[in-house]
Amino acid sequence: MNARVRMISVVAACVLILGGAVSYGMVAFASYQRAEKEPSEVGAVHKTGAAAATAAPRIVFRDTAPGSDYGHVASVPLDDPSGTRAVTDLVCDRVYETNRYESCLRTNAGVVTTYTATLLDHSGSIVKKWGLPGLPSRTRISHDDKLAAFTSFVTGSAYATVGFSTATDIYSISDGHDYGNIEQFTLYIDGAVNTAADRNVWGVTFVPGDDNAFFATAATGGNTYLVRGDLNARTLTAVHKTAECPSVSPDGTRVAFKVNVSKTSTAYWNVAVLDLASGRLTMMPDKRDMDDQVEWLNDSTILYGLPRKGAPGDYDVWATAADGTGSPSLLIQHAWSPAVITQ
Amino acid sequence: MYITLSDRGAASTPATKGRAISRVSSTVIAMGIVSMFTDISSESVAAVLPLYITAAMGMSTIAYGFIDGLYQGVSAVVRIGGGWAADRSDQPKWVAFFGYGISALARIWLLFATGFGAVTSVVAIDRLGKGIRTAPRDALITASSRADNLGRSFGVHRMLDTIGAAVGPLLAFVILWILPGGYRAIFVLSLAFAIIGVLILGAVVRNGRPAREAGRRPVRRFWNAGDLKLPGMPRLLVATGALSLVTVGDGFIYLVLQARSSFAAEWFPLLYVGTNVVFLVLAIPLGRCADRVGRGRVFLIGHLALFAVYLVTTIPVGGVAITFLCLALLGAFYAATDGVLSALTAQLTPPESTASGIAATQTVTAIARLIASAGFGMLWFALGREHAMQLVAGLAVLAVVASFVVLRPLLGVLRSPVSVAREFDE
Repeated sequence: MNARVRMISVVAACVLILGGAVSYGMVAFASYQRAEKEPSEVGAVHKTGAAAATAAPRIVFRDTAPGSDYGHVASVPLDDPSGTRAVTDLVCDRVYETNRYESCLRTNAGVVTTYTATLLDHSGSIVKKWGLPGLPSRTRISHDDKLAAFTSFVTGSAYATVGFSTATDIYSISDGHDYGNIEQFTLYIDGAVNTAADRNVWGVTFVPGDDNAFFATAATGGNTYLVRGDLNARTLTAVHKTAECPSVSPDGTRVAFKVNVSKTSTAYWNVAVLDLASGRLTMMPDKRDMDDQVEWLNDSTILYGLPRKGAPGDYDVWATAADGTGSPSLLIQHAWSPAVITQ
Repeated sequence: MYITLSDRGAASTPATKGRAISRVSSTVIAMGIVSMFTDISSESVAAVLPLYITAAMGMSTIAYGFIDGLYQGVSAVVRIGGGWAADRSDQPKWVAFFGYGISALARIWLLFATGFGAVTSVVAIDRLGKGIRTAPRDALITASSRADNLGRSFGVHRMLDTIGAAVGPLLAFVILWILPGGYRAIFVLSLAFAIIGVLILGAVVRNGRPAREAGRRPVRRFWNAGDLKLPGMPRLLVATGALSLVTVGDGFIYLVLQARSSFAAEWFPLLYVGTNVVFLVLAIPLGRCADRVGRGRVFLIGHLALFAVYLVTTIPVGGVAITFLCLALLGAFYAATDGVLSALTAQLTPPESTASGIAATQTVTAIARLIASAGFGMLWFALGREHAMQLVAGLAVLAVVASFVVLRPLLGVLRSPVSVAREFDE
């Protein structure tokens, strides 16, 4: 085989291989377009702009039903969670809503992919927007509409890897003050100031009726802690070990969080509820792996999302009694990131 | 001792006029193209992997970053083995082929990997392949270049390599943009690019025999301790170790910029693309510059650019201009040090142990940088961002001064430094 023949065969082989990959991509694109055009398999009505803002008690969530509504923010009436969903134009990876505001974390796919956190008011206009250093993770707004928090991962590329890292910001909607990354707050564990290098803070939940207090997760040295935060003092104080993504109950007496129950290096989470006054911890009966921040439906029921079996990217929202009795039930199909609005 | 340092310069042929890229050997360009396709392949996957693990697999990325550091350590150790195997067999091409090959096989597995463990294993195997192939690849580039244009050859190679590193993530994100959730399409394309890289390496790249072509015998022992005793090598290893110990990860610099300026925060996931663009633009000019004014000199000045970044980040001003300045300096640092270090090492080692020598300096660099990043991580929280950067900037000045003293004999232009007697004629 002379050099010329060899060169031509190599080029031909390269063209064939690339052609094969591109045809695979085109077939995948065609089937994506077909799926995209198909109406959502769950009952839905579509609302735009201000019409989407209903004042009725409802559960807002990210619609994950395959089809044209995928990724859109939707809601169902609080008293009929399996009923027809109202789908809005807004697309988010993670969403939270209160009476007056909506927090939307999203991935802006493009030639250059960026991540943003957007705080919107009820008419859909933007109150404030932040660029995020990586994949969206958690967001919350206090129920008195004074504070907002959001967590993202810090991901660049292989070149920018600095290990697992999160960035969590708290913003005061009422006075416009940005507390910045609360990782910079002073962290107390067992009474001592912790200055470890691998410190990370994520998953804020606000304490009802107290616009200075919040709970969050702090992690260091392979351990996670439930921390109570003080905004004015800029401190985080560990109150319980092995707890992630806390969520305070509406009456403020309990905190639900996920607990890593895995014995190996791969995490496996179950939900637990901690009674703050007595310190009693109750494990929930659901033994499936749960990676979400719990939302309280009311003082006796908690909600969380679980991946739908055999359907990557699709989730369901489950409900279970907060006292650990009974068994979990499916509340909203094809939904993720629930937020309960009771008034 | 059969090796003498000399500055004969006789080996250099009169410079021919022409474009830089046309004056390096076709093997170097072919190796560059192989690296470019392989980098498109690996970086397209690396860029979307955190997204894939969280969004598509519904898992947390917590363990991912943690394991990543471990793999880098493994890669550094495997590198020594790859370098030795290349010298021992005097077949750097086929050792590199093995490294590229197992990375390509890992991509096939990625198509079927379903769990978190499987995905991270694929990443681990990819890193192993990268560790094995790097030193043999650089030895082959050395064997295919003239002593007086080694810097340029490595510059050309690194430019093509970095084009791949810049194109890969962009390509992956464009696919996700057009085809949301199209991870499998990215993995298929990544596999195609990996196979093309291996194919070009196997079928097009010349099978260089560095020792044989220089009329020398391949090394016999597992670790040729003599390599470390070559004139200049101990100095180079000490200096690279010292400089790398004050080289904190880019990630930290990006984090400082992100905290400083809203511009950098918004474009955080893309800051490294800016660095790569500067790197690829400057790779050839700085490689040529290294050939002309001395590789040791450019290598040291490159580190000054990095330390200038540290200083700039301690100035309490943010903004777009500061971000661009830092990215430009960071890109210049890579362009002045990455390929230049291999060129510098190559000129200090005889043909039969070039791969081992390059593996040694690269391993020292990689391990020292891992230590630097871990140590800086602690400073970051103990002293706070600014003070940590100031401290590192101060230590960096000491490291440069010390390295300048240590590298003094190597700063000049050494056209044909290692002059070796032929052991046998063919």
